[in-house]
Amino acid sequence: MQTEITARKKWQFLDGRDLREVIHYKDLLYMLVVRDINVLYKQTILGFAWAIVKPLFQALIFTVIFGYLAGMANKMQGNIPYIVFTFAGLVPWTYFATAITGSTGSLIANTQFLTKVYFPRIIIPLTPILSKMVDFVVSLVALIILILAYGIAIPPTIIYLPIVLILLVLTTFGMGLWLSAMAIQYRDVQQLMQFLVPILMYMAPVVLPLAVFLKMKPWVVTVLSFYPMTGIVEGFRVCMVGGDMPWHILLYGSITTFIILFTGIIFFRAKEDFFADVV
Amino acid sequence: MAKPIITVENVSKRYRIGLKEQVDDSVGGAIMSILKSPFNNFKKLRNLTSFDKDDEAGVFWALRDVSFQLKQGDVLGVIGKNGAGKSTLLKVLSRITPPTTGHIEINGRVSSLLEVGTGFHQDLTGRENVYLNGTILGMKRKEIEKKFDEIVAFSGIEKFIDTPVKRYSSGMTVRLAFAVAAHLEPDIMIIDEVLAVGDAEFQKKCLGKMQDVSEHGRTVLFVSHNMQAMQSLCNKSIMLENGKLKMEGRTDEVINFYLSKHSANQVEKVWDSIDTADGNELIRMRAARISKTDGTGSDVFYVNSDLNFEFEFWNLEDGSMINLSIVLNTIKGETIFNALSAAKRISKGVHRIVFYVPGNLLNDDVYSIDLYFVKNTTDVIFRLESAISFEVHDIPRETGWYGKWIGAVRPILKTDYLEID
Repeated sequence: MQTEITARKKWQFLDGRDLREVIHYKDLLYMLVVRDINVLYKQTILGFAWAIVKPLFQALIFTVIFGYLAGMANKMQGNIPYIVFTFAGLVPWTYFATAITGSTGSLIANTQFLTKVYFPRIIIPLTPILSKMVDFVVSLVALIILILAYGIAIPPTIIYLPIVLILLVLTTFGMGLWLSAMAIQYRDVQQLMQFLVPILMYMAPVVLPLAVFLKMKPWVVTVLSFYPMTGIVEGFRVCMVGGDMPWHILLYGSITTFIILFTGIIFFRAKEDFFADVV
Repeated sequence: MAKPIITVENVSKRYRIGLKEQVDDSVGGAIMSILKSPFNNFKKLRNLTSFDKDDEAGVFWALRDVSFQLKQGDVLGVIGKNGAGKSTLLKVLSRITPPTTGHIEINGRVSSLLEVGTGFHQDLTGRENVYLNGTILGMKRKEIEKKFDEIVAFSGIEKFIDTPVKRYSSGMTVRLAFAVAAHLEPDIMIIDEVLAVGDAEFQKKCLGKMQDVSEHGRTVLFVSHNMQAMQSLCNKSIMLENGKLKMEGRTDEVINFYLSKHSANQVEKVWDSIDTADGNELIRMRAARISKTDGTGSDVFYVNSDLNFEFEFWNLEDGSMINLSIVLNTIKGETIFNALSAAKRISKGVHRIVFYVPGNLLNDDVYSIDLYFVKNTTDVIFRLESAISFEVHDIPRETGWYGKWIGAVRPILKTDYLEID
């Protein structure tokens, strides 16, 4: 194994050497993910039940506020109870929100790695992206139970679920790369997340159906189509409770996803050398 | 000749140091600076990674044009004062931070141990932490599995391996962490001051392990303030000073050079003029000097060196009966001994008193000497505290133990060792 250490790396995408290195450290990635999962619900009574309780509680709150008080309950397409509608939106959303928050703060939370040991830094923001999947799977099971309990049949559109999930993970990872690399130097980013995450949620069809957004001004609709979480949240819901797959919105959104991911890797790669100097 | 395993060429590393904040002296100024602070903060944070040409003031070179080569099996000691750039060098070699300029080529797998137990998580058990820490240091899970029993046995905490680390004593955590590190099998090992942790017995174990590592043909880079350990582990050393490579060579030579520059020595003190010298109307100091009795070598004193303590003074009262009493203290203030010269009736003028201190009496430590000039063997007529100070260094030992040798003095006693039955 030969290593060369020189001044700064150029702006460039991952090359073969980078990939080989990440593969060499795959066991570390696995151990960090296991650590995250093991530590998360240690010393709690509910344990992994929290993965269900958190989105379910939020779904109940939204059902009271938007479902009854704002009268959205009657405007749902296809006779889906509002609580099922919003819980189906909250399952992918909660994954996105917790993974992105975890990823953004990951470098800051692991400064001891940055200053004391070398391994490919990209593993650090990738860890929450993977570890939060456990919560996601648990809440997905809860969603399926809820759907069946309301007597709704799982629709055939569920076969598209893998596409939606891949887009969800790639979007989260791309944003995680950008935000974590910025947050380590400018801690403001972490403060901003408190506002950014709720704003992003209301921009996606989590509490309101997509139809409401489509009635807005054309330029707003265009902007929201390029916002990846619009297609992902709606697509996920269609996979679970039926309806028309929003293919063209998913397509526009995935363009954004790939731009964020591609530039995110380049940005992170250029910044990673200096993480130890800025913490 | 074999290809060097590490080649370091003209490596420099620049850091930005915090400049003094400006303080406002008016309410208006204070308000303005609050409004402006986001811009200033942004500039400051951005400047952590970008350097303008015109502000050399806030810039600090932790390393400057450092070059050296290591062959396989070399054990290199890195010596230098705090802030000399030792840790930065190790960080650059470990790829934690990139050099500002220069080039390094490494042929082999590197493990760096800049800290023991990086990534240990309090809520995880010892077992889980062994795996986590092992993979952080670059091991594969399979590798750890194979060595797991060995690691646990080395740490000596078999009973607690499934207990969360937060219930461990700090000593136990260190043991376990070092046990993991000790079972790495890299081609090149970079170690920073890990010997500063743990109790004496454990340190001994660690040093033994390090000796093993180097005997197996691995290359080791080692930073420590423990000259004993350096002396016996490292076949070559470099000395850094203010980021520059000051000396490179055999370990004993480099250590000698380092000690001669950085001992807490003030081995000679001369008072130029009788008018300004310490003293009073009876006695004035002229010189105080510590030197080796045999007059050889530098001003580096070892525990086995015979020393001369030499004091010159002006006696200003003709025919008075004077003797000198010296008190030798360690830097921590413990008194080691008090010694007296003979009392002598002396004439007005310059006199010199020499105390001969044999080798193998003083332990390694930093010492200072208080002087008491006594008249008629009863009255202290002049007292000078800490007249002079010097350091006594340890010598290379034959034993496997490199820690501090305890005791106020360190004599070599004549011993009999007989078989009687």
